Amino acid sequence: MSVIYVLLAISISVAVCFFAAFVFSVKKGQYDDVYTPSVRMLFDDELRKDTDNPDQNKKQIKQTESTNQ
Amino acid sequence: MANTTCYHCGDECGKNGVQFDEKEFCCNGCKTVYEIFSSNGLSTFYEIEAKAGTTPNELRGKYNFLDNQEIVEKLVEFNEEGVQVVSLMIPSIHCSSCIWVLENLNRLHPAITVSQVDFPKKTIRVTYKTGDFSLKALVLLLGSIGYEPNISLETLEGKKNTVDRSLIYKLGVAGFAFGNVMLLSFPEYFEVEEFWLDQYKGVFRWLMFAFSLPVVFYAAQDYFVSAYKGLRSKLLNIDVPIALGILVLFLRSTMDVALDLGSGFFDSLTGLVFFLLLGKFFQQKTYAYLSFERDYKSYFPIAVTRLGTDEKEEDIQIYKIKKGDRILIRSQEIIPVDCILIKGTAEVDYSFVTGESQAVFKEYGEKLFAGGKQLSGVLEVEVLKSVSQSYLTQLWGNSVFSKDKASQFQTLTDRIGKRFTIAVLTIAFLATAFWLYHDSSMALNVFTAVLIIACPCAIALAAPFTLGNMLRIFGKHRFYLKNTNVIERLAQIDMAIFDKTGTLTTTKRETILYEGVELTTEETALLKTTLRASNHPLSRSLYDILKSNAIMTLDEFQEHTGKGIEGRANQHSIKVGSATYVGKETTAELANTAVYVSSDEDVKGRFVFKNTYRDGVKEIFADLASYMEVGILSGDNDGEREQLEKILPSQAQMLFNQKPEDKLEYIGKMQKSHQVLMVGDGLNDAGALAQSNVGVAVSENVNVFSPACDGIMDASSLGKLPTFMQLSKKSIQVIKLSFMLSLCYNIVGLYFAVTGQLQPVIAAILMPLSSISIVAFTTVCTNILGKRLK
Repeated sequence: MSVIYVLLAISISVAVCFFAAFVFSVKKGQYDDVYTPSVRMLFDDELRKDTDNPDQNKKQIKQTESTNQ
Repeated sequence: MANTTCYHCGDECGKNGVQFDEKEFCCNGCKTVYEIFSSNGLSTFYEIEAKAGTTPNELRGKYNFLDNQEIVEKLVEFNEEGVQVVSLMIPSIHCSSCIWVLENLNRLHPAITVSQVDFPKKTIRVTYKTGDFSLKALVLLLGSIGYEPNISLETLEGKKNTVDRSLIYKLGVAGFAFGNVMLLSFPEYFEVEEFWLDQYKGVFRWLMFAFSLPVVFYAAQDYFVSAYKGLRSKLLNIDVPIALGILVLFLRSTMDVALDLGSGFFDSLTGLVFFLLLGKFFQQKTYAYLSFERDYKSYFPIAVTRLGTDEKEEDIQIYKIKKGDRILIRSQEIIPVDCILIKGTAEVDYSFVTGESQAVFKEYGEKLFAGGKQLSGVLEVEVLKSVSQSYLTQLWGNSVFSKDKASQFQTLTDRIGKRFTIAVLTIAFLATAFWLYHDSSMALNVFTAVLIIACPCAIALAAPFTLGNMLRIFGKHRFYLKNTNVIERLAQIDMAIFDKTGTLTTTKRETILYEGVELTTEETALLKTTLRASNHPLSRSLYDILKSNAIMTLDEFQEHTGKGIEGRANQHSIKVGSATYVGKETTAELANTAVYVSSDEDVKGRFVFKNTYRDGVKEIFADLASYMEVGILSGDNDGEREQLEKILPSQAQMLFNQKPEDKLEYIGKMQKSHQVLMVGDGLNDAGALAQSNVGVAVSENVNVFSPACDGIMDASSLGKLPTFMQLSKKSIQVIKLSFMLSLCYNIVGLYFAVTGQLQPVIAAILMPLSSISIVAFTTVCTNILGKRLK
């Protein structure tokens, strides 16, 4: 058995792996929206300041709901 | 507070501004949103993009139908074990701040677990726990922060549209095979007489064969199908020589490899399919958030409130409305059916239907048509016709809405393709005949070589890349086309018909003229003071133009909804409103919206509201009229004929009082001798837009409703219409030039083929070279042309 068969087998299986990854990502819809993730990755730790007073949050939510009902 | 802009939405604060937290807001709505954001740790919203907010609308009662479980069930994607997933379209998504705040919805309510925005489609997908939260609560929450979702009949029906990703798969398969085959055929290109390479030639060749199988039988299948369909309907489209080329490439290569005659053309084969599919992919530019197929369904509500016999309110789906039902229409709701007003005063905005911006007033017993929007107050109406039989919706029964313009149009590529196929086959047979006579062993070789090299890859690429790129350039200048086919059709237009109201005129600016006895300074001051108290849009515009600084204190103020207002100060009274309200006989010649004024019960005169024409309308007509016929088709009366005659060139046709069907018929009549472009805006133009060769909808805000059409144009770009027309014509010339260029390549290739010296390596060089140079040529050309738009 020549080494060339081994090399061919390896090169093709690597290629096939990438191809499978491509098909998988398309199927999962990763290419459906190519814009939003580029923006999303820029936000991360913007939630700050008042994370420590949940009481106020709850109060606020009630107010939110009552705005329109 | 003059000239300050709202901290939330960036609008001018004007006289109704609100101050809060040392910031200026244009209204209470914006202030409330700010309060919600700032107290929930979402104030970063204002840091990502300044003044990016949207003023929330009043939603009271509008979404009560979401209490109906049957409707909710249809809207949600997933609903099990206390968890629901829903996708909502939110037209007001427009910047990164929007994405950020909408993806942090869980800060506003703990029941929301995940929310994800799809910016190009302007949708949000929310996962939330039911229990103490519901779809209705979610919609109201979104509404309260200025992101009111768009829930219409269309959303209810068209939920199951799956994305077609087959082209991406095919492109992936072809690209994958192309790369690998290229790699495997590399040794052959150099033809080195080397022992190892010679020994394993067979392995490499059969591997290439294996890689080409999915390309021929999967990735290229569309070409075979299209060629077969073309032949069956006796049409030689461009796909016929392509399919023939692919087939011959595959068979000849297989034969070569099987009989050990050569390495075959698998590299050219896979490369060809890859480039062709790339062209197709490039052409497929879509504006996901725009819809070109909209009909009344996309803006009609899903449900209405029906009044039962014992005044019991019940939310029912719109299709279940029957003749004779009594329904309730709230402020800002769309009237879904033709009906008779039985309670309340209607102030209906028919701008969706007619394009006319001024609201009309209706009283008890008058007929209301579907499509109007009630502006203020609650109405009770009795249904005359069901939804599908209403005046407006009936238009969609017309067969023009079901025909596909693109399939009836023979593209330039197809027209060329026909001649090309005939030429190629002739050359192939002549060359074969020649070689049969001289050296019959070469005959088959030459025949296949001609078909391979003449495969019109470059020709098939010219149109997708030119038009695809033009489509993107148009899009950047806010002219959004449905597909590339529209550009080709646009290039053939020789007649342009315009709708008037809403298309040539703008609803944003009005000219107000006063006719009658001049008002005294005191009267003007009193009038202005009276108007100040009123929130009616007409009062607001009138207030803004009146020149008086004296603000008086009113002793008395009365507002009669749908009629007018009355103010009293210093023993004087002033009345502003409809003709009957101030005590003037209504005259039939009334062509424009007018507000009448009377002082101390003595009619003084009227303010006439005229729509202003958009900037550059005159130039558009002057420009277009130099090479095509122009005309106006208006649903309004001819009150502005004189004004129009000044703007339009003398030979232009003008037709007034045209009903939607009339417009459709007129366009149809003109099409017997012309290629007609229709430019319209409202639903009343929908028929004409569908009937015309190219229908363009003009819209002040492209996210909001526009009728079914071939292209949507932002109103600000209307002045560029002649340039767009010119560019379409130029694009066709670019395609023709590319055809010439690719023919040159074909002639070189044919020389090799006919003389029987086509080596796989020549084919492998020539084919990508011609494709890439065509792509480069068209891209450069279209980009240079695109600069004209600036």
